[in-house]
Amino acid sequence: MKLTRRLFGGAAMAAALMAGSVATAQEDTVRIALVVKALGIGFFEAAAKGAEEAAAELGNVEVIYTGPTDTTAEGQIEVINALIAQQVDAIAVSANDTDALVPVLKKAMQRGITVISWDSGVAAEGRELHLNPSSNPLIGNMIIKLAADELPEGGKVAVLSATTTSTNQNTWIAEMNKVMGNYEGIEVVGTVYGDDLADKSYREATGLMQTYPDLDAIIAPTSVGIVAAARAVEDAGKVGQVNVTGLGLPSEMAGAIESGASKSFAIWNPIDLGYSATMLAYQLATDAAEAAPGAEIPMGRMGTLTLDENTEGAMADPFVYDASNINDFKDIF
Amino acid sequence: MSDASLTPRRIPDRLHSPAARLLGSWELLLLVVAVAIFIANSLASPYFLNAWNLSDATFNFTEKAMIAFAMALLIIAGEIDLSVASIIALASTAMGAAASVGVGTPGLIVVGLATGLACGAFNGALVTRLGLPSIVVTIGTMSLFRGISFIVLGDGAYRDYPSDFAYFGQGYVFWVISFEFVLFAVLAVIYYVLLHRTNFGRTVYAIGNNATAAQFSGIRVARVKFILFLLTGLMSGVAAICLTSRLGSTRPSIGMGWELEVVTMVVLGGVSILGGAGSIPGVVIAAFVMGLVTFGLGLLNVPGIVMSIFIGLMLIGVIALPRLWKMWRK
Repeated sequence: MKLTRRLFGGAAMAAALMAGSVATAQEDTVRIALVVKALGIGFFEAAAKGAEEAAAELGNVEVIYTGPTDTTAEGQIEVINALIAQQVDAIAVSANDTDALVPVLKKAMQRGITVISWDSGVAAEGRELHLNPSSNPLIGNMIIKLAADELPEGGKVAVLSATTTSTNQNTWIAEMNKVMGNYEGIEVVGTVYGDDLADKSYREATGLMQTYPDLDAIIAPTSVGIVAAARAVEDAGKVGQVNVTGLGLPSEMAGAIESGASKSFAIWNPIDLGYSATMLAYQLATDAAEAAPGAEIPMGRMGTLTLDENTEGAMADPFVYDASNINDFKDIF
Repeated sequence: MSDASLTPRRIPDRLHSPAARLLGSWELLLLVVAVAIFIANSLASPYFLNAWNLSDATFNFTEKAMIAFAMALLIIAGEIDLSVASIIALASTAMGAAASVGVGTPGLIVVGLATGLACGAFNGALVTRLGLPSIVVTIGTMSLFRGISFIVLGDGAYRDYPSDFAYFGQGYVFWVISFEFVLFAVLAVIYYVLLHRTNFGRTVYAIGNNATAAQFSGIRVARVKFILFLLTGLMSGVAAICLTSRLGSTRPSIGMGWELEVVTMVVLGGVSILGGAGSIPGVVIAAFVMGLVTFGLGLLNVPGIVMSIFIGLMLIGVIALPRLWKMWRK
């Protein structure tokens, strides 16, 4: 008993000493926790790289990159509880669950911690702002622009989407149709649905090339569809005639860029995303900015984020990947 | 102990002699581990010794431990239930559906507990009536129960719970003592009495040691096992209420993977996976050990995968240790 008491006493004293030293170190260091859906995912590792870049630029920032082992809300809650206990200055989270994280994040905010979500959002009452990688109008414009840039004389393009009920894809295609007037000579001849299945997308893409022998481009705003379409073009021997573009992952599209089946495609850049999230968290944690509807918050080299009425903002245009930069990104995500 | 023939025959809780129990008892070993972890955490992180932080840390294990108590009895009796996490999902989904049509908090509690009981009865009936192995049955119902949740919810969520429902997972009884922690403590006492101080508890050990002998000595083996499955289902319902209240919402992925954490807790607590031995105090200490380890490593921002490795090594260590001890003594 005596021994344990002495041990406890020693532990408490050591803890007090360490608390003292940490408290002094804390005064000029802003500790920002980047909480991701799960560790070991290339996309988030890249975001962490961006966060470190922002920290280096800001100087007095320590980035804590953390997350659960698997993509569960319960795991993220345990991680966030540990971060609250450490009294970090800000938590920037890509949430596994829009709603389940709200109670714990509310608790974090009550204890004076800045909370923002990025990539995958949290319901409005559980965070101060949400950073979207891009916006629907920007994506809709980007996918048609990528196709049009390769067709200065105009031409025929077709869309290979996911399912008829995919909210994201339908919104992007609707946004694309809104800006079609800006791209003269480009004609969308049809839209087909590959249901985000590799084999069905492949068959639909092949069907498009048979139905429209003079097709110039296939736009696939889905990472499954774009890979399948590129392979269909390669197999049909139409590389150079039909350009595949849209939204895809660099790791999966590296082959298509190399073969020439795809000249370019777009997706958000996770490095920029982690960088911007860290910048925003820093601005809010140091009270340099406030997250209110209509606010414009600077985020370093990425410009400023304008918040809408739901305190959400879009970072930038989707990032374009082509032969010049694909090798830098294909190992990341 | 005097002349053995004068004292009533008793089946020991553990398979060692009383003297060995005292010295080399599992609970003592675990307690030492728990204290060591506590001290290591205090030294490693300045944030550990803080009442609110320790209170937050208890949420890492209270819900799982509630199920672990019932699971301990089930495993001691030689059965297992791997569907507990899926029962949480189904009970939570049922409560969410009830809440969305305007059922109040008392009604939600009834729905949660009833769903848990129904799932437990289903498992129990399949095992005891049809004589199927429990591991196979509950691997099946693990997919079945969660599958139903996925069919009902898809990628949606229930989130319109009444505001007073939040008390069970977010409320505090007194200062930093959360409702969940009090419930955990009360259930620990109840299960301690049930297993170690009642005839029912004795029959559980008897069945786990030798079900056939138990049957021949007049114990209604199937009935006891059925009750144990009911209890495990019920406790999963209780955990579902707490977890749902804590999250304030239901998704079909709720509590995913918890069955293994519950079983880990039970085995770490010294319950023999082969049945016949184990104690509730052991499970209680194991719950604290797991909670302290995950929270302490979390404070140091150790990646989750390292935590899993640590827990895994700890589990293998405590299982292998007694075997190695025996081999060494021979």
